[in-house]
Amino acid sequence: MINKIMTADQAVAGVQDGMTIMVGGFLGTGSPEVLMDALVRKGVKHLTVIGNDGGLAAGQPAGEFGGKTARGIGKLLEHHMVDHIIASHIGVNPMINEQVAEGTLHYTLVPQGTLAEKIRAAAYGLGGVLTPTGVATPMETELDELGRQKKVVEIEGKKYLFELPLFADYSFIRASVADKFGNYYCSKATKNFNYVMAGASKHTIIAPEKIVEIGEIDPDYFGVAGVLVEGIVEGEKKWQI
Amino acid sequence: MADLKARIAKRCAKEFQDGDFINLGIGLPTMVADYIPEDIQVTCHSENGFAGIDSVATAENLDVDIINSGGTYVTALPRVKYFDTAESFGLVRGGHVKATVLGAMEVAENGDLANWIVPGKKVAGMGGAMDLCAGCPEVIIVMLHTQKGAHKILKKCTLPLTAEKCVSKIITEMGVMEVTPEGIVLKELHPDYTLDDIKAATGCELIISPDLKPMEEE
Repeated sequence: MINKIMTADQAVAGVQDGMTIMVGGFLGTGSPEVLMDALVRKGVKHLTVIGNDGGLAAGQPAGEFGGKTARGIGKLLEHHMVDHIIASHIGVNPMINEQVAEGTLHYTLVPQGTLAEKIRAAAYGLGGVLTPTGVATPMETELDELGRQKKVVEIEGKKYLFELPLFADYSFIRASVADKFGNYYCSKATKNFNYVMAGASKHTIIAPEKIVEIGEIDPDYFGVAGVLVEGIVEGEKKWQI
Repeated sequence: MADLKARIAKRCAKEFQDGDFINLGIGLPTMVADYIPEDIQVTCHSENGFAGIDSVATAENLDVDIINSGGTYVTALPRVKYFDTAESFGLVRGGHVKATVLGAMEVAENGDLANWIVPGKKVAGMGGAMDLCAGCPEVIIVMLHTQKGAHKILKKCTLPLTAEKCVSKIITEMGVMEVTPEGIVLKELHPDYTLDDIKAATGCELIISPDLKPMEEE
């Protein structure tokens, strides 16, 4: 029987300089920290990173619940491992605007709902999606993440942007509970991009907080099919504040 | 200033009815939730992944798996439904989130909205704002009427748009306005101001409703 359980270092061993990766999470909530830490240990550079935002820097969010370390994609930014970030929001983690100003990072902004659908299109075999989001805004005229002009399609008098699928080499996902086949679910508001990113990359790696035996929990709880998952990494912990 | 913002939030809270599913943006829009009457059931959408925001979490009830779209730890109502980003924005684009309440940098008389970027300034990104403005049947703008005297309600936006022809209503400390095919109609005027005051603070023509009312706070 195939064994998908591996260490975080084994899971990121194939990540090369210049690759494109997707990382689940929303301002760090639901990001796979053990996989980010392993990428930092590996020291891979010039990544293109797809995620909702740039995670958090150490101390964010401000106030009593701020994190002791950087979080999610924030760890990759802290170590200057990212050349291009494709995200819906880049204003929270200050490292993004700093590195953009230094000229070492560039960004492509994609509206949040569009970002999810572009990723979902890649995972589920669609040639793209038509969305009303972004019509008559800079999203209509600016080039997309690969420098392509967007098409505007008019259907029954209503305009839509034709948004193309967004693929990557690796999807790095945080699950709350997974079985040893890779079926998983994400608790509460940690789902965010952790469901659509499965299967949108050549390799899908999950870091569950808890790994159970096959058949141990009711399969109806699972949100994503383990058939999409190549690697299951142990050691992810509940976020500590 | 705090009083003016509370006035705007209180008035906005009157827009909602029992059973509504709405989205409140960050800042002044979030304050609206504090004034929604207890006797009606309104469900608030958190675009990062659930329907049913309750309130800001405390050290006692904090769950690290629940944040709102501003990254603040919050609690959820017993009737909460959690979902992923695709479902969250499916609800938005599908028109199932009845109204979104947002701030604005500029609103044009045809309902165009600019509230996400100032060219040359630090870029934050649109997050979910473009989806919300393109998808929600009602886009309600809550803001101070001017930016320290500079007009924000204009004939035409000068900043890059968030969405075109999306704004349905504008609520400021001076009054309540509806965006119609004919232009912006003043429906309510706050008693602290005259018609001349609000006209002078507005960068486009204001159509005065034949049944103009005083803006009610309570």
